[in-house]
Amino acid sequence: MPLLELRQVTRRFGDFTAVDHVDLAIDAGEFFTLLGPSGCGKTTLLRMIAGFEQPDEGQVLLDGVDLADSPPEARPVRTVFQSYALFPHMSVEGNVAFPLQMAKTPAREIPKRVAEALEDVRLTGFGRRYPHELSGGQRQRVAIARALVTHPTMLLLDEPLAALDAKLREEMQIELINLQKQAGITFVYVTHDQTEALALSHRIAVMNRGNVEQVDEPSKVYRFPKSRFVADFIGQCNLFSGTVAARDGGIVSIAVDALGTVRVATPSTIAPGTRASIALRPEQIRIGASQGDTASDNRFRGTVSDLLYMGDVTVYRVRTDGGAEVEALLANSQTGRAKFFEPGDAVEMDWPAAAGHFIED
Amino acid sequence: MRKRRITLAKVAAAFGYAFLYLPLVIVVVYSFNDSRLNAEWVGFTLNWYRTLFADDDMLVAARNSLVIGLCASAVSTVLGTMAGFAMHRWKTRVLPILVLTPIAIPEILVGVSLLIFFVLLNFTLGLVSVAIAHIAFCIGFVAIVVRARMAGMDESLTEAARDCGATPWQAFRYVTLPLIMPGVIAGALMAFTLSIDDFVITFFTAGAGTVTLPLQIYSMIKIAVTPEVNAVSTLLMLLTLLLIVIASRLSPSLLRSQESTP
Amino acid sequence: MATGAREAAQARGKWLVSGPPILYLLVFFAAPTLIMAAASLRTPGEFGGLAPLVDEAGKLDLNFDSFARFFTEPVYLEVFVKSVIFATATTVLCLLIAYPLASVIATSPKRVRSLLLLLVILPFWSNFLIRIYAWMIILGPNAALARGVNGMLAWFGAGPVPLLFSSFAVLVCLVYVHLPFMVLPLYANLEKHDPALLDAAQDLGAHAWQRFWRITFPLSLPGVYAGAALVFIPALGIFAIPDLLGGPNDTLIGNLIKQQFLETRDWPFGSVLSIVLTVAALALAGLAAWFGQRATRARALVDA
Repeated sequence: MPLLELRQVTRRFGDFTAVDHVDLAIDAGEFFTLLGPSGCGKTTLLRMIAGFEQPDEGQVLLDGVDLADSPPEARPVRTVFQSYALFPHMSVEGNVAFPLQMAKTPAREIPKRVAEALEDVRLTGFGRRYPHELSGGQRQRVAIARALVTHPTMLLLDEPLAALDAKLREEMQIELINLQKQAGITFVYVTHDQTEALALSHRIAVMNRGNVEQVDEPSKVYRFPKSRFVADFIGQCNLFSGTVAARDGGIVSIAVDALGTVRVATPSTIAPGTRASIALRPEQIRIGASQGDTASDNRFRGTVSDLLYMGDVTVYRVRTDGGAEVEALLANSQTGRAKFFEPGDAVEMDWPAAAGHFIED
Repeated sequence: MRKRRITLAKVAAAFGYAFLYLPLVIVVVYSFNDSRLNAEWVGFTLNWYRTLFADDDMLVAARNSLVIGLCASAVSTVLGTMAGFAMHRWKTRVLPILVLTPIAIPEILVGVSLLIFFVLLNFTLGLVSVAIAHIAFCIGFVAIVVRARMAGMDESLTEAARDCGATPWQAFRYVTLPLIMPGVIAGALMAFTLSIDDFVITFFTAGAGTVTLPLQIYSMIKIAVTPEVNAVSTLLMLLTLLLIVIASRLSPSLLRSQESTP
Repeated sequence: MATGAREAAQARGKWLVSGPPILYLLVFFAAPTLIMAAASLRTPGEFGGLAPLVDEAGKLDLNFDSFARFFTEPVYLEVFVKSVIFATATTVLCLLIAYPLASVIATSPKRVRSLLLLLVILPFWSNFLIRIYAWMIILGPNAALARGVNGMLAWFGAGPVPLLFSSFAVLVCLVYVHLPFMVLPLYANLEKHDPALLDAAQDLGAHAWQRFWRITFPLSLPGVYAGAALVFIPALGIFAIPDLLGGPNDTLIGNLIKQQFLETRDWPFGSVLSIVLTVAALALAGLAAWFGQRATRARALVDA
């Protein structure tokens, strides 16, 4: 049985459906991420698990028990808020002790438990300070210590790293992974940052307009997106759409507007004449000066129209002879050169049928 | 050119401040003036303060004002805090109208309608009716200050408290209340000041036998100008000044509370 | 599916908190107001108050006699018009004095700003009667001001005029008492103005007066309307100032109301006057809000 189960959970605000009949199952010990753009319903979903919002339809079950009648204080889950929500009139110790006091923990036990929690987040010695005397990263840790001190079954984190700068965010990501492993507590993590989701999670649920579009391991979400939205939202991606022209064994040929016929490997048994899309990551494309005559599944000629130098890689935007825009990416590491082509250069792109990912529209 | 414009405005503003303070300064200065006429400076004396403290009517009025002020501010602080909290938390429609109208309409309307109300109910006019009336308009002032304080508070703090296992009451008691306390105290001081100073509503609801400080001052200046009034005015201003300066320290938004009244 | 238990608990909490203040104000504000409105349709009792609701003949005592009296006897309409004139004059004078005050405060350095603002508000918190009393002293016949003015008049060959107990005294005190109500909303508005706008206007060749009249003033209109409502409404219902500082001809609607309730004891007519005052005040508040909103919209266009 999964630890947390959402069944047909729906939440509406007036005419707007924030969460639309969502089903999810999260296992004990998992680092589970709800990923999506702002307004996709991920925070509302998290707030329903915490108990701050009530579903209009559907059920939230924890260990098989419906939580509908449990107010937030009665649920064995804890939240780490985006703003940290540290009580400004209490010291760090006061903040961490608060959930223990609410749980009627014997007074003599509290200092020990607080000290342990602060040690876990490497804040020993900061107990007497007040929130306004701490840095952003330290406040973050206090919020986590406060949430973990009562050993909840589940920790809900609402964009906890959004307020930190890039460097600190990376450090905290590693710390979060370690903390999760060490505490063995289920984390449900909300973020709009796909790299963060890919780096941290065991599984990711990609959300869009109140719906879960795909639930999978990070590598699967990246490599085998189930929808155009997922392909587009996670990482850079070329999306070609067109009509299925032919199906030959495991290879489907699609007539893509302005580009031509693109072949892609898929077990799908789609009928010719149907609309479909292909997702192709820029790093899967081989790009070179016009020279190749080796056979390839997909080969297109074009002209470099723009390039974006990103340090480690350079992204080339190529306009094909048919008029389609394709993004290809080359790593700059091997040669020490900043770029291989200039805008206006004629290039050839090719990729195997297995590189693209077939998506039924 | 720009400089001159600013100077002109500053001169006008200086006149504005003079206009605001000169009358009050004159009242204070003449309270120490050794002359029955508030006309020109004769010499320094504390006689008017001595007269004041020997004036039994005045002392009774002062005691009444104090009793009414304490009761009215205590009750209106509790009710006003509830109202301010509810207005912020639930964005109710009825409450703001009920709370703000009594302080937005001309005071005389509140006074006369309560007069009819009490008389029709055969409720004896006196200290209690005055206190009831004062509470009715003080609630609004407290509510405005408390609501402003609530609005400045991070919404997720109460949720965090609930998340940490606190019941709604515990969340209020241990997190919300300590954080809005400066606003509550400022509201209480304001309510006390408003009650002590109120003339119009008291005038209609006090009945014949009950006198408060403003009513006593009114009946004195209705007859003649006497420096004893200057003396009691000076003391009253001193008290008000003290309370309001403390209150505005506690709640900077107090400085703007009047804006939201219409 | 959420069962009703938690929602019921939440609703209970909501009523537990908002119920007491609502109840208090319903009983001690809304009910008296409605009773007063109803009283306007009754006949005055023989010894004041109200006549019995049902007389011996079994006839219900409900009529528009008191309303008819207000609209047919010109003296009452005259008093009402006079009250409107006084309130309007007060509003305009307050605006003229408050504008420089508010703009100087708004453009002053941050550290003195709250002190300057507090200085405007403090007089508001001092006792209303004391502030009237102060003008009784200043305008009194033996005070320096009256002696100076009358000395000058005598020099020109004119007879002495009383400063106290005159419309002049009433107006000065009305302005004095209501000034802070105008300064506060004006300040709140002017404080938000972006100084870069004035620099831009200057850069585009506007001189000082044009900068004020074409930029600052139109942008401050929401504050002006809010201040006007805050001054006009209480000024319209005032009775203590004409009572203490006015002459025999300075009776305003507030004095009439006070008279009806405390002297002639004609409650129905007093209630009619109160209703007229309420309607006038509400109409004005609505008008100010409407203009304010329009001005705010216009301002949003400027901002965009």
